[in-house]
This record gives sequence, C-alpha cells and structure tokens, in this order.
Amino acid sequence: MSTQQQEPEQPDTQEAPADPEMKGEESPQQKRLKRKEEDAAAREKAADASELEGETVLIKVFRYDPEVADKQEPRFDEFHVPYEKGMTVLDAVMYARDTYDSSLTFRHSCRQAVCGSDAFFINGKQRLACKTQLSDLSWPVRVEPLPHQEVVKDLVVDMEHFYEQMHAVEPYFQSEDLPGGELEEQRQSRENREKIKMSSRCIWCAACMSSCNIAAGDNQYLGPAAINKAYKFAMDDREEAELKEHRLRILEQEHGVWRCQTQFSCTEVCPKDIPLTEHIQELKREAVKKNLKFW
Amino acid sequence: MYEHDVIVVGGGGAGLRAAIAAHEAGADVAIVTKLHPVRSHTGAAEGGINAALREGDDWELHAYDTMKGSDYLGDAPAIETLAKDAPKDTITLEHWGMPFSREEDGTVSQRPFGGLSFPRTTYAGAETGHHLLHTLYEQVVKRGVQVYDEWFVMNLAVTDEPDPNDRTCHGVVAYDVQTGKIQGFKANKGVILATGGPGQAFDHTTNAVSCTGDGPAMAYRAGVPLEDMEFIQFHPTSLPSTGVLISEGVRGEGGILYNNEGERFMFEHGYANNAGELASRDVVSRAELTEVNEGRGVKDEYVHLDMRHLGADRILDRLENILHLAEDFEGVDGLVEPMPVKPGQHYAMGGIETDENGETCIGGLYAAGECACVSVHGGNRLGGNALPELIVFGKRAGYHAAGKDLGEAQIETGYAEGVEEEGDIDLPIEPGEAGIEPATGDAVADGSGQVADADAAVERAVEAERERVDHLMDKDDGVQHAEIRAKLQKAMTADVNVFRTEEGIKRALKVIRECREEYQDVYVDDPSRTFNTDLQQTYETRNLIDVAETIALGALVRKEFRGAHWRYEKQERDDENWLKHTMISWNGGKPSVWYRPVILEGEDKTYEPKIRSY
Repeated sequence: MSTQQQEPEQPDTQEAPADPEMKGEESPQQKRLKRKEEDAAAREKAADASELEGETVLIKVFRYDPEVADKQEPRFDEFHVPYEKGMTVLDAVMYARDTYDSSLTFRHSCRQAVCGSDAFFINGKQRLACKTQLSDLSWPVRVEPLPHQEVVKDLVVDMEHFYEQMHAVEPYFQSEDLPGGELEEQRQSRENREKIKMSSRCIWCAACMSSCNIAAGDNQYLGPAAINKAYKFAMDDREEAELKEHRLRILEQEHGVWRCQTQFSCTEVCPKDIPLTEHIQELKREAVKKNLKFW
Repeated sequence: MYEHDVIVVGGGGAGLRAAIAAHEAGADVAIVTKLHPVRSHTGAAEGGINAALREGDDWELHAYDTMKGSDYLGDAPAIETLAKDAPKDTITLEHWGMPFSREEDGTVSQRPFGGLSFPRTTYAGAETGHHLLHTLYEQVVKRGVQVYDEWFVMNLAVTDEPDPNDRTCHGVVAYDVQTGKIQGFKANKGVILATGGPGQAFDHTTNAVSCTGDGPAMAYRAGVPLEDMEFIQFHPTSLPSTGVLISEGVRGEGGILYNNEGERFMFEHGYANNAGELASRDVVSRAELTEVNEGRGVKDEYVHLDMRHLGADRILDRLENILHLAEDFEGVDGLVEPMPVKPGQHYAMGGIETDENGETCIGGLYAAGECACVSVHGGNRLGGNALPELIVFGKRAGYHAAGKDLGEAQIETGYAEGVEEEGDIDLPIEPGEAGIEPATGDAVADGSGQVADADAAVERAVEAERERVDHLMDKDDGVQHAEIRAKLQKAMTADVNVFRTEEGIKRALKVIRECREEYQDVYVDDPSRTFNTDLQQTYETRNLIDVAETIALGALVRKEFRGAHWRYEKQERDDENWLKHTMISWNGGKPSVWYRPVILEGEDKTYEPKIRSY
C-alpha cells in the first residue's frame, strides 16, 4: 500500500535554489554554520525547555500490520509520554513501546544519527527521530512512516527499492591497480577530499528519496541519495578519467540526473546537511561538459 | 535450508572484512545480519585506526604501546599480529577509496591518541567508522557477496560431543525479521561470528541498541569459553544524557578536561602528570569519577571537555562531527562553550576466545571484532585499536575459514592441559541454570550424543528454535523482556561500573539471577510474524543475561586492579597471581571459571610487565 501524501507543516522557508554559478560564494560548511547559529538562536528565543518539565507529550503514531486483524486498516494510536528535558522523538516512541505496547514497531539502532535507521515522517517532515528534540516540535507530535515507501508494519517501510537504486550506480572504487605496491598510498589532495567530503556522509536513511516528488512519480529515477553516492566517486580524483566518464554515463541516463527539477526537498530534509541538489546540478554540468548526449 | 561455504554472522566492520577475505580466497560466502550492513555500529566509531605507517614509527612500537596499554594482559602473538598487519590493511582501505583525512602532500593524516608513543592514528574526520563501514560495504557489493539483511541469528548448529573441543559448527538458525520465517543456514567450511559488543548490558553506554552480545552468548552456550569478560572499557567522554560518544580525537587534538572549579584536574590533581588528558581511557575515566565523587563535578554528575581554544577552523576540519553531536544531543555549541562529558560503557575487551586466525575451540566456528577476544586489548584497549582489530582479524578469520593457510596459530584455545581450575568462588547465588530456556532444550550442543552429520545438526537446531518461538508467541501472559532488560542494565551500571566492590558485584549477580528466573516467564505480546521486534528483543535479552553474568563473575573472581578493572578491596595490580586470563565455560547448564596464563613472549622479545604510568 502507499502511504499518505506529503503534508508540509509550513512552506519551506529555505533560500531560493542556488544558481550553480553562485557556488563558491558560500560553501556548504558556511551555510551549515549559519543554520546552526540560527537554530541555536531560535531555541533561545523559544520557550525555555525547562518550562516543559513535568509536561506530558501526546504522540500520535501510525499503525498498520497486514497480519493483525484490527491493524489491517491503517490508524493512528495515541500515547501520552512524560516529557524530560532533552527527550527526542525516538525516546518518546521507545517509551511508548516499552511501557504501553510492545508491538509498536520501528527501526532504530545507534540513536546518534549515524546508522540511518529511524527516518520517519514527523509532523509532516522527513526527520531522524533520534536527533529530533520534542521541544523543537509543536505538540501533539505526529509520527508516520516515510511517505512514498511501502509500509511493512507501523513505522517500518520496505527499503529494498532504495537499496537497489543505491547499488545501481556501481558505488565502489573500481580501479584494481595499486600504486607502487600495497603500502604506497594513492594520494589525494586536501582540496579533493574536501570536495567529496559532504557526499561521503550519507547514512542511507532514505529521507531524501522519500521527500522527492520526482522519485515519487518515477520509480526508475535513481534519486538523490544514489546520485549523491555516485558524486562521491565521480569527483574523487583518485580514479582515472575513463571511470569518471563511465560513471557520468550511468548518471546521464534517462532516469538519472536530468530528472531532477531542483526542488531542493532532498537538501531540505537531509539529516547530514549534504547539499544534494547542488551535487546533482554539478553532475549535470559535468555531463554537458563531457559532451555526452542528454535527454 | 540455505547453504554456503562460509556464513558470516554480522554485517559490521569485522563481518564485512571477513566476507571480503573469504570471497578473495575463493569461498562462496554469505553475510547474515540482523540489521542492514550500513546500519552496523562500526559506523559510530569516530576516532581512527592505529597503524605504523611513517618514518620514526614501526610495528614494534605499536606492539609495545598496545601491550603496555593492555596492562600486560594481552597475548603477544595477537598483539604483534595486529601491529604487523595494520599498516597494509589500513592502506588497503585507502585503495578501496576510503576518504581518509589528508596531509598537504596527499598522504593519509595521523594524529596522537591516548597511550600512543607516536601519532599513529589514521582517521577520516571524527567519523572514521562511518567511512570504514561504508567503504567495506561497497567492496562487498562490488564482489557480489550475498547479504541476508534483517535476518536475526537465533542459534548455532553445533554437534554435541561431550567435549567442546570435539564439536563442530555446521551452520546457524536465523529468522527473517520481515516475514518471521525461520530457516537453517548450512556452512560447509565455517561460521564466523562478528556480532559486535554487549554494551546494552549497561544502561549508560555509547553502544547502539543492537549491541546485545548475541555472538558471545551463542558461542558460550555452545561450549566456547568467554575470556576476560570483566574488562569493560568505560570511555571518559560520553554525553551525560544519552551516552553518545565524544571521540578521543578531541583530546588528541588538544581538548582539555576541567572540573567545576576550572582546574585542569588531570594535571592539578596528579592523575597523569605527563600525558594529562591523553592518558589511557581507564585512567581518565577514574579521574573524572573521582572528581565527581569528591564534589568537584559539574552538577554532581559530569566534567567539562573544552575544545574552544583549538579554533573554529581546526575543529571544523577535524572534529566537525563532534560539534553536531554536542548540538543535537546536548544542546551545546562546542565552538562557544565546553561540552559536558562523563564515563560511559564503551567496549568489551573480553569475548569469545579465539586464536590469531580467528578460530575457536569448536571446529568451523570463528569469531572476530569486538565479540571476540584474541586477545589484543587485555585489560584496557587503546583508542584507535578497535578498528585495526576489525580489519586485521576479520580478514584473517575470513581467509582461514575459506581454507587459506595462515600458518599454525600460537595461541591455544579451548579447555586445555595445564590450566588452573578455580575451586571455591564465594558466590551469593547459584549462577546459570534457572531454566533459562522456556521451551525446549538448549543449544544443540547439549552432550546428548544425538547429532553427528551436518544436515541433521542444522535441522535439529531449526526445529528447536521453531518450538521456542511457538512457545514464546503462544504464551498469553507473563513478563516482558523490556522490564527484565531495564532491571539488568540498571544493576550492571550501579555495581559493575568503573569502580567495583565485592559487595556491589555480588548484589549485581543476585539481580542477574532474578532476571534469569523472571525470564522463565517471558512472553511475546505482539502476535504478528511480520517484523516482530518484540520477539527479536526477547531473544536479545536472554543473550544479555548470559553475557552480563560472565562479566559480573569475572569481575568478582579477579581480586586485583588491572586496566579497566578496579577493585576497592585491592587497589593494586597483582602480577604474581593475576597475569592470567579469566575464562568462563558453560558446563552442564552453569558457568565454571578457570584461568589461562598470559603469553608475554613475542616473536623476538618478551614483554616485561612494568608499572603503567602516563
């Protein structure tokens, strides 16, 4: 079954899509720092979190189980969770599971934003539950599975298609030639590492894929995560030009980079602040520069 | 029944590396993992990989530092193997595309870490484990290795000769988390356990919720001894609220620890007059807790870790991830204020006893990574030594299981001649037994002499697990795993923590015993076979009980202070009596404790125990 449509809480207030030519004026790092400062300021301004102490958060959690009679029809269950300072959405659903209903099902593991298991649709936006503070949300908090993915049960979605797209871009170093023996390094300039750094941070949480309208309408579209994964390899100077061309050929196929309409929703939801849309635009430019045909 | 040459249980760093090696050696290899590989906890490692790569450094220095760091409880053949293989295996990662941090000349960067005499920790920002994990997974995809992701391994299929040393492992039983289907996996050449750490035995841990000691518990019940389980590393810098790890890299780059009076206590209170913040982890953890206990902690709970003086550029270049963690999980901006930190359970130095080729005493059963104990870390693991352990011993286990000749191992495994048996442990309770199994018999290896051939061993193991699951699911009422798990975690953190007393450990053992008894009445409330995490966690909780019991038993019998294990009753190292490994075997339904001498003789030299000062 397909899940609910995107219902953004409020229109995205992100700055207008960056013109690719503007790139370099403000690096992704500067942008992130700026956003961090803004977030901190917003938190200061907002009601002091300690005022919430002693409160109870109402969370509304999506439930569905194909096997259990009263859960075959999707519904929302409500749980009242005692709030503690610093509590995240993951803490709240874990509390609900361990205290009220052990059948409440969701993926989670590292609870520090690196395993990528717990991307949910929280108050109308794709977010990692473990790094989303309850104090930053409006209450009651609504927790749903990622939109545009098949729901297996409760908050668990089928990731198979996402993994297939990730694998489709041949995401691995292909060169078998070792530079001067097994102990000699390939060498990579600091600049080149910096260039691929953000793309290498992807944790495969699929938030971007779920937020992408194009991916929702075109099942074959590689999608932002896979293209970003390919970016890491295509831009890594350690692989030869031939391989770079091979990678661009994969990316400029009909359901590749040209499908992106720069809506920035992937960049907006990425929990690791990866400039996905910019990466996709850069790959489009590369493809043009290489004089490869495009659709 | 599925069938492969080599079955790797676990898709973290050690498991992926083992699978790549087994594949390279020509085996048909499959990975069975309860998560998807990129979700594994290796991804949370931050600091780096120790490898002697540069002039002025060499493997012998790395080995020496590791032996000293282990408080002379590491085995020299294992430590020397680690130090010798690490450079090549680290550069192999670089050849596979791992985005290491770089020097001006494009070579891999290295930085200082606690307890190292040379800055030999290679790293990729403060997210080395993430890059290591993804790089290895990429290579697994490249090679087309079969991955059964979200399959939970429930038990091993082991023949049941009376002597564990005569037993053979023929495969595993696992269930498909998505469908609930229980299946046998036959391994024609070997099973490699790479299931990671048991951090969830504690309630304040840097470990993922999936770190439940499944491998050690299964191997233990099948007859493999667990080694040095009392040695649990507490990392000095975890965030107080969640246990999220703040990398040792912060101190490596020059981060400073302060108490509530603004004193740089590592120096001012004489905990480590030379190395200061970069003393090894056990030393810093005790120092922090002493500060808190003596009233110099912040809010009576933690101390401050300050990196502001490093400057925004350096922090963003090398420790950016730390800024995000402090912001997201503690609401602290590391650029403008110090971060709150306290010790948290971090790493198990002990585990499944193996030799330096990853083999256990059961034929065809291997272990690598944190679930194993070779032992390279002894009483205390040095920062930056966990990741080289994964790649070095993961690779060796993979090669060996696939039939590649690595030469004779120097480390013995299994109950052997010349070991000393503990006669009279003063225990508050009878450990083990207590009908830990609600339904059928235990692991296949119950000594009943029924099963010899491979297919029969796997089939019988599958049958036992099907019955066990039916029982858990059919039962209408009882105790839920979450209740038992919380009780166990609380007791371990209260009494088997950084500072340990005999009274406290005994109190913990009593609680563990209660948990065992309550577990007899455990049931699974979720009636669905689809993605039943309730069932999975019920299995995991049982594994935690077994592992926690061995940790507490080890801590009780070792009456000395060594490495991470501090005992109130004897606050000094006792080389005369305790230069030996604590071994715990599951014999006839209960644990028995025995010892094996430490091997201090390396290839060309013997490591003489010295006072460990920093």
